[in-house]
Amino acid sequence: MTDHPIGLSIRDGVKVYPGTRALKSVDFDVRMGAVNVLVGENGAGKSTLMKVIAGVEGLTEGRIEMEGQAVSFSTKIDAERAGIGIVFQELNLFPDLSITENIFIGRERTHLGHIDRAEQRRIAQELMARLEQDIDVDQPLGNLRIGQQQIVEIAKALNEKARILILDEPTSALSQTEVDVLFRVVGELRRQGVGIVYISHRLEELIRIGDYITVLRDGEITGAQPMQGVDIPWIVHAMIGDASKDFPPRADTIGEEVFRAEAVTLPREAGGLAVDHVSLSVKAGEIVGIYGLMGAGRSEFLECVLGLHPHAGGEMWLDGVPIGPPDVSKRIDRGVALIPEDRKRDGLVQIMAIRENMTLSSLRRFTRGVHLSLKREAETVRDFVARLGIKIASSEHPVSSLSGGNQQKVVISKALMTSPRILLMDEPSRGIDIGAKAEVFRTMRSLAEEGLAILFVTSDLEEVTGLSDRIIVMARGKITGKFDGTTARMADIVEAAQVKKDVAA
Amino acid sequence: MSAIDTGPNGASAQNLLLLLLKARTFIALIVVFVFFAAAAPNFLTTANMIIMAKHVALNAFLAIGMTFVIITGGIDLSVGSIVGLCGMVAGYLLLNGVDLGYAWTIQFNTFEIGLITILVGVLVGVVNGVLITRLNVAPFIATLGTLYVARGLALLSSSGSTFPNLSGNAEWGSDTFRWIGAGSILGIPVSIWMLILVACGAAYVARNTPLGRHIYAVGGNERGASLSGVKVKRVKMYVYMFSGFCAALVGLIIASQLQAAHPATGETFELNAIAAAVLGGTSMSGGRGRIFGTIVGAFVIGILSDGLVMMGVSTFWQTVIKGLVIIAAVVVDQAQSRFEARVVLRQQAAMR
Repeated sequence: MTDHPIGLSIRDGVKVYPGTRALKSVDFDVRMGAVNVLVGENGAGKSTLMKVIAGVEGLTEGRIEMEGQAVSFSTKIDAERAGIGIVFQELNLFPDLSITENIFIGRERTHLGHIDRAEQRRIAQELMARLEQDIDVDQPLGNLRIGQQQIVEIAKALNEKARILILDEPTSALSQTEVDVLFRVVGELRRQGVGIVYISHRLEELIRIGDYITVLRDGEITGAQPMQGVDIPWIVHAMIGDASKDFPPRADTIGEEVFRAEAVTLPREAGGLAVDHVSLSVKAGEIVGIYGLMGAGRSEFLECVLGLHPHAGGEMWLDGVPIGPPDVSKRIDRGVALIPEDRKRDGLVQIMAIRENMTLSSLRRFTRGVHLSLKREAETVRDFVARLGIKIASSEHPVSSLSGGNQQKVVISKALMTSPRILLMDEPSRGIDIGAKAEVFRTMRSLAEEGLAILFVTSDLEEVTGLSDRIIVMARGKITGKFDGTTARMADIVEAAQVKKDVAA
Repeated sequence: MSAIDTGPNGASAQNLLLLLLKARTFIALIVVFVFFAAAAPNFLTTANMIIMAKHVALNAFLAIGMTFVIITGGIDLSVGSIVGLCGMVAGYLLLNGVDLGYAWTIQFNTFEIGLITILVGVLVGVVNGVLITRLNVAPFIATLGTLYVARGLALLSSSGSTFPNLSGNAEWGSDTFRWIGAGSILGIPVSIWMLILVACGAAYVARNTPLGRHIYAVGGNERGASLSGVKVKRVKMYVYMFSGFCAALVGLIIASQLQAAHPATGETFELNAIAAAVLGGTSMSGGRGRIFGTIVGAFVIGILSDGLVMMGVSTFWQTVIKGLVIIAAVVVDQAQSRFEARVVLRQQAAMR
């Protein structure tokens, strides 16, 4: 292997957000002419690190060096000028503009003050040809499949002629052929001396494409070395470590079956099935964990259970009785409660008070006729604040003023106030710091001991093995593995969650 | 507020400032009132007070309905036209009754006329609600459409002319129609009593019923509310129906006060109603607003325009001044939200 000079390095990088330390004294090197792979669990700090390099976020402490010179990027434009391009996980595109316009947005080619359409079009066609896409560049971007849109996002970064290119989970929406094309382009860029930072959850993919690997865990680097000799068990070990997080012990409280789903299906807009004949059951006092990669259909399955999708197929029973038509408020009345993955978007009404958020699903509890008793509402809120140990100055403050962990407890309180039979939790520990995570886990366990059935979704291996009585693995909408919570091996779970190569989108 | 002190003086000064900002519309009301009491002759007489209150009431009805709509994140531009249409409906029924053909005509008494007129107003609200919740038309466009349709229907009902002499007929029991606009109980006009009733009812719904809480939740985060089991579509239907109800009341009152119904009545009333709601602290992006604030806002606008008239200020200047007051109100509102968020964050930080 030829020598790869270091193009950019971070030394003692620290990033503090209100409530959490996302990066703790991180050293990271980007080697030129090589693929620098970055891996870690959700919330480990990968995205934060990339945002720092791309100038979207500034470091709280520490420094960034390029070719021995200290640099500082206060905006994304600064970083672009220094030759750093980034393809974000979320698409930043305009569906109603044409593909060409999307590629050139913010950096239009001008000729005497007006946009040089012909030139832009020519370059866009060249880029598409290079990415082996037979697409008309004049059509609106919204016509394309998500995977093709991601290709456009990549074309946009290529167009900037970046010397360092960051790809944050670029393959999560791509089909296998598109992944192969992307890998050829990455290989070509590497030969041209571009330093590539590649983030992915798909470990086989990383081993296939990477030259160097860096593993992040809870904001710290736990492994950094050339890719030779690295295998999946090594990566999993570096991601998870030996020391277990603080999981509460399992209790022997499992009772009758509460919830059963048979052959639940959900059609995808672009065709195919987002949830593909999923059947499972949960017993009282049992915690069942669903593990899988992003896009495996896990959240969609929970949404089907809550009745959010009128087109969902299959049958479901609660306490042996069919669950009824897909109507969210009726399902909540029946005893289904969901704690959504995206607290900000789905879980909370940010501008409402903590009290109002907690009781939003269960106002009927405090209502006689039409009259809502504010006194009884406040009493119940006080009970739940004490019971779940929520740290607040006043329950009248807006919920947005709380830290992630306390916000999550407000959402859990809201779900519990409806006296559910089954609690669905989508990534219950996302975006909250370690201490608060342990508390959320303890809460889940004690709820199960009280006889609640809990079905939770996670992308965190340690969480799924540490917390679940039973583990179900999903990939591409299907159940691909079932394990016992006490005896499951992490490597088997990871293996089951991998998307097999022959299953193209 | 049980503040965690950032130093005794700092905290109390901060809380005082916050209190002043929160009470700003009320303070504005007092300032406007005191100013005109000193500057305009006859301003403080009882007769003038009652006339002004009657003026304010008309806008206040519309503004209450508008407040709920805006809290859900919508807007109702059709209220002015509903006022016109409902006035015409009342006038038509009073003068002509309903002709069934074969020389049969049904005549109505005052109560029945009031009921039918209100139903028409609510029905326009239902149309707005269906357009918005079932057909996914943006509230601005849907209610702009009904604004034109309702106004056109009002004009069609009389071919553009006025229904005059709405004094009613004792034989049919409709001679009491005047009483809605001109009568009074305990020296206070009927329309003011009606306003008190509607305002208290609306404030009660907002504060003490699940529906009220749902209205705020829908405006604050529609997706989050629906995932929490709130029936978003039903809540939206209710607010547009209530807005139509309020507008129908105004149509009735005006027709009764003038004893005539003119199809152009109520033009641009919707803008005054929006202004009153915003002045009272209702956020156009939804989720925030209070009935009491809206009433105070309606009084500020009403007293401002009546007072300026009494002082002999030109109507052109009146319009300019009204606009400036509304802009100032929103600017201060933004400052308050930012300031309040900072205070809360600081208290929360002190907890850790």
